Amino acid sequence: MKMVVCHVTLLDGSQFSCEVEKRAKGQYLFFQVCDHLNLLEKDYFGLSFKDNAEQRCWLDPTKEIKRQTRNSQWQFSFSVKFYPPDPSQLTEDITRYLLCLQLRQDIASGRLPCSFVTHALLGSYTLQAELGDHDPEEHRLDYISDFQFAPNQTKELEEKVVELHKSHRGMTPAQADAQFLENAKKLSMYGVDLHHAKDSEGVDIMLGVCANGLLIYKDRLRINRFAWPKILKISYKRSNFYIKIRPGEAEQFESTVGFKLPNHKAAKRVWKVCVEHHTFFRLVSPEQPTKTKFLTLGSKFRYSGRTQAQTRQASSLIDRPAPYFQRTSSKRISRSLDGAPVVNVSDYSQAAGAGENGPALELNSDSKSPQVEVVEKPNADAATSIASETAFETDDASERKSKLRVQGENIYVRHSNLMLEDLDKTQEDVLKHQASISELKRSFMEATPEPRPSQWDKRLTGSPATSLRLQAQGSLEEELTSLFLSKACFSGLAGSCSTAAAPAEASQGSAQPEVPQKSPPHPGTDSRDASQSTEVKPEVNGQPEVVEVVEETVVIEEVVKAKPKSPVPEASFTIETEVKEERSLSSDSESEEEAEYHAQPPSTSVSVQQIKEEPEEEQEAVLTQQAPPPAIESQPSAEAAEPEPAAEEEKAAQPREEEHTDEPPLTPDEAPNGHAPQHQAPPTPQTAAAEEEEPLIVNGSASRLETDHLPQVICCSEPPVVKTEMVTISDTFAAQKTEISTKEVPIVHTETKTITYEAAQLDGNGDGEPGVLMTAQTITSESLCTTTTTHITKTLKGGLSETRIEKRIVITGDSDIDHDQALAQAIKEAKEQHPDMSVTRVVVHKETELAEDDD
Amino acid sequence: MAGLMSGFGCFTHAVMRAAPRSLARDALRSGGQEVDLLKVQEEHEEYASVLKHRLGLEVLELPADEAMPDCVFVEDAAVVCGDTALVSRPGAPSRRRETEAMKSALTELGLNVVEMTDESATLEGGDVLFTGREFFVGLSKRTNQRGAEILADTFKDYAVSTVPVQGALHLKSFCSMAGPGLIAIGSSEAAQKALKIMQQMSDHKYDKLTLPDDSAANCIYMNLPGKGDVLLHCTPEEFPESAKVFEKLKDHMLIPVTNQEKAKVDGGLTCCSVLINKKKNI
Repeated sequence: MKMVVCHVTLLDGSQFSCEVEKRAKGQYLFFQVCDHLNLLEKDYFGLSFKDNAEQRCWLDPTKEIKRQTRNSQWQFSFSVKFYPPDPSQLTEDITRYLLCLQLRQDIASGRLPCSFVTHALLGSYTLQAELGDHDPEEHRLDYISDFQFAPNQTKELEEKVVELHKSHRGMTPAQADAQFLENAKKLSMYGVDLHHAKDSEGVDIMLGVCANGLLIYKDRLRINRFAWPKILKISYKRSNFYIKIRPGEAEQFESTVGFKLPNHKAAKRVWKVCVEHHTFFRLVSPEQPTKTKFLTLGSKFRYSGRTQAQTRQASSLIDRPAPYFQRTSSKRISRSLDGAPVVNVSDYSQAAGAGENGPALELNSDSKSPQVEVVEKPNADAATSIASETAFETDDASERKSKLRVQGENIYVRHSNLMLEDLDKTQEDVLKHQASISELKRSFMEATPEPRPSQWDKRLTGSPATSLRLQAQGSLEEELTSLFLSKACFSGLAGSCSTAAAPAEASQGSAQPEVPQKSPPHPGTDSRDASQSTEVKPEVNGQPEVVEVVEETVVIEEVVKAKPKSPVPEASFTIETEVKEERSLSSDSESEEEAEYHAQPPSTSVSVQQIKEEPEEEQEAVLTQQAPPPAIESQPSAEAAEPEPAAEEEKAAQPREEEHTDEPPLTPDEAPNGHAPQHQAPPTPQTAAAEEEEPLIVNGSASRLETDHLPQVICCSEPPVVKTEMVTISDTFAAQKTEISTKEVPIVHTETKTITYEAAQLDGNGDGEPGVLMTAQTITSESLCTTTTTHITKTLKGGLSETRIEKRIVITGDSDIDHDQALAQAIKEAKEQHPDMSVTRVVVHKETELAEDDD
Repeated sequence: MAGLMSGFGCFTHAVMRAAPRSLARDALRSGGQEVDLLKVQEEHEEYASVLKHRLGLEVLELPADEAMPDCVFVEDAAVVCGDTALVSRPGAPSRRRETEAMKSALTELGLNVVEMTDESATLEGGDVLFTGREFFVGLSKRTNQRGAEILADTFKDYAVSTVPVQGALHLKSFCSMAGPGLIAIGSSEAAQKALKIMQQMSDHKYDKLTLPDDSAANCIYMNLPGKGDVLLHCTPEEFPESAKVFEKLKDHMLIPVTNQEKAKVDGGLTCCSVLINKKKNI
C-alpha cells in the first residue's frame, strides 16, 4: 500500500507529520493527530484543508483523504469545528487549552472581533497562562512583542495587556485559560461560522451558523435570527440555500426563506454546516439511536459524529490523570498565524464531511431530492411528516432536551448514473463507445418503469461501512445494484470478439459468458427464482423487473477499446450486477418511517446523476430529523431513514416525478436483453454515425435542459450519494486500472448529462435497427445472501458483433450487510473475471417491499 | 477582576443638561401639547436630585443652549458602554449640534470617544437598548441602518440587532431594561411586536415586565453598591396601573420620578441622562 505523508498544522503552530495509507480515510489521520495531542474530547475538533479555490474545507472523516484533497497537497490544519458554548463544561484542561489556542488565532486574525478592552483582557490571560505571574524583572515591555493579541496591535494595547497581566498574579495556567474562555465565549461572534450570501433582493448579507441556529447579518448588524427550533427544513438547490420556517403563533403557514450563495459549492457548504451544527448542538440522543440511525441513512448528508450531549457524556467517563502538556509560547502562535490560513469567514464553514467520528459521521446527501430538508419531528410516532412538522414545537427549554435525530437526508437519488469513460480512444472507438453509451442510456431510460411506491435509496458510499447499514424501515428495502460491465472490443470478427469475451464471462459461478449460442435473448430465465425473494425473480429475469425496482442507478462506464483498427466486429459485454438488499422489516420501524416520510408518495422518478469532477457534490440533500422514536429505531435504523427520505422527496419534489417520466426507460432496456444487442452493435456505418451524433446532440440539449428546468435537472443530476459511490467504485478499479479511472472522470461528466436527457429524447431517435440476436444465455448462481445472474447476449448487427454480459447480483439481507462492500466486491470480481472487458455501468437498486409487490 | 459584560447597571456618573427656555415653544414633539417650562425645570431638578442625593452619582450638568430646544434630552447625543462612548449623529437636523457639548463632557470624563462622522448615518440614543449582553437598535425616523452599523463597529464585543420601530419616536419610547435580563415593555401592538422581534433576534432569554402604558415602560435600572437594584420609574399620578406593576418588584429600590411635562415633548426618563460607569471593572 502506498503511503503518503500528511502535514498537519496544529493549533500551536507546530507541524505534525505522519504517514498514512494513500487510501486512508480522514478519520484515520484525525485520530493520529488526536493521539499525538493526547486529546480525548475530540468531537469539537476537525481537520481542514484548502481546496483549489482556497476555500477552507473540513476533511470528512468517513471519506478517503485523497478523494477530498484532490489536487491539493496533503496539508491540513487541526481546528475547532464546534465551539462549545460553555467551555467550562469541557472535562479536560487540555481541551480547553486547545480551544484557547484556536480562539487566539481567531482573535488575532480578526475573525472573532472584539473591543480594545477585550483584546487587552484576553491578552492578559494569555500571558498569564503562558508566562505565569508577571515578573517585573524578567518581563519588560518587549516581552510581549512576540504575542499577537489583536489584528492591529498597538503599543497602547500592549501596555494595557501588561497592566492587566500584573493583576492576575497567582493564577494557574489552567485558571487563566478558563478565564480566557469565560470571556471569549460571551463575544457575539464566538463560534459563529460566517458565509457570504445575498438575500432575495440581491443585498449582500452574511449567514452565520452557530450553536443556536442561523444568524443573518447585514454588514455587522444582525438583521435576523432563526433558532434551530424555528427551522423546519434546510435545503439547497444550486447556489440557493433555503430554510423553511415554522409558522409563528399568529401565522398559519410555514414560510421559506431563500438565500443566494456565490455558487453551488458554497450553498452546499453552508447547508452542511447547518446540518452539522444542528445535529451537534441541538440533538440529544441518550440512547444513541441517533448514531444508529445516522449510519443507516442512505443519504450522505448526515452528521455521524457524536452530538455535544453525547460527547459530554463520553467525556464524563474520562478517567485519567490530567495529561501533562506544555503550553507553547505564543511566539509560535503568532508565527503560525502568518502562515496559517487566514480563514475567510465564509470559508470557515465548509464541512466537507460530516462529523468527525467514525462511521456515524457521514452525512447523507442524496441529492436527488431537490431540496435538502431538515424536518424536526417531535416523535417518530408522529404521523406524517407534515403533521409532525406542524405539530412539532419545541420550547427553548425543551429544545435541548428534545431528542431529535437527524435521520439523514431524505434525499434519494432515484437513478443516478455515473459514467466513467476512458479517454484514450480512437475515433472509431469513441464512436462505438458512444454507441454503447447511447445504448446504455436507452436502457436506462427505457428501463425505468413507472414511478413506484417503493422507495429506493441508493447509496454507494465512499466508505462502504458507513453507508452499508440500512435499516429496513419497517418495510423491506431492497437495494439493487447493477453493475454493467461492458467492453467494446474491436476485433476483426464478431466471432473473435465473442471468444475474447468468453473468458471474461466465465466469471461468476455458473455463468459463462461465452455461450453465445442461445438465441433467445430473454434473460427472463427464472434462475432468479433461486434468489430468496420474489423480487429476486424479477431481477433475474430480467432487466425489466429490475427496471421497476431500480430507483437509483449508478452507471460506471469504462470502455476499453481494443484496437480501433479492427474492423467491424465489436463485442461489448455488459455485466449487470445488481445488488439487492432486503431489509428486515420491523413493523415498528415501518411505522416510524411512515410517520416521518409518510407524506411522500413513492416516487418513481429516476434521477440521473452526473458525475462531476467532484463527485462529492450533491446538489440537494434532505435531512429529516425525527424525534427519536425510541429503541425501535435502533435496529431498523438504517432502513428507516431511507424510506423517510424517499417519501419526503416525493412530496417535496414534484419535479422529480416529471423527471421520472423522462427516465423511465430503464426497465425496458434491461429487461429485454435483446435490447443490448441492438443498440450496441451498430451494423452499418450510418448507424454508427447516427449513434455518434446522438450523444452529442444529447449533450447539447442536456445542457440546455438543465438551464431550463433547473429544479428538475438539478435534482437528478447531482445526488450526493451518487458521487460518493462513484468514488468508491473508481477506487476499486483504480487499483487495477489507474489510468482509466483518472482520465475518465472528466468525460464522465459530459456523458452523464447526455444520458440524463437521452431518456427523454432518445426514443425518437431510435438507435438503428435491431440487430440479430445470435445468442443469449442466462446463468444464475447463489450464495449466502447474494444471487448472481449473469446474462450474456451476443448480437450481430451489420458487420458488428456485440457481446454483452450483464450481471445482476441480488443481495438480500438486513442491515447487517454492508452493501457498499458487496458492491465493491461485485465490481472487483467482475473485473477479475473479465479482465479484457470494462465496466460500463453500475446500477444500484434498492428495493422496498412495495417494489416486491409490484414484481 | 470582573469579566467581560459584567456589572450591568453599575454607574458612577451621569451627564445631564439643563432645559433651555426654548424648549417650551420649539422642542420637537409628536403631539401638539403646550408645555409648561417651569414644570419641566422642576422635573429636571427632581431627577438630578435623585441621581445625586439619593443614589450618590456624580452628575455633570451641561448648560442649556437656547439654540437647541431639545438639548435636555442628552441620551440621544451619545451611547456609552463600558469605557467607550459613541457620540451619535441625531436624526433630527435641529439636534445635530447637541453632540458637541456631549463630546467634550465625555472626553473630559476620560472615556474612549468615538464619533459618528459618516454623514449618511443617523442615530439617536433613544433608539439604543443595551441589555447587558447585546444591543438592540431601533430603526426609526431618527436612526438608520448606517447609524446602527457604526454602533456595531464601535462595540464589537456585542451583537447588535436592528428592530424596526413604528408608531413611536424611539425604540425606548416603549421599552427599557428594568433589571438584568428583564425588559420592561409597553402593551401597545407596536411595543409587543418589537419585543417579539427582539426575542427572536437574541440568543439570550429575557424576562419581560409588561406595562399597561407604553411610556411607563421607559424606566431606569441601576445596580449600585450598597443599594442593590434600583429602579426609577413613572409615578402613580401619571400611570396608576403601570405604577402598580412596578410596585410588584419587591427586590428593587423603587423610586418614582415625575416625567409628566417632559413627556409632552416625547421625553422619557432615560432621555435626560447619560449614565457612565467609571469604576474600572477591567
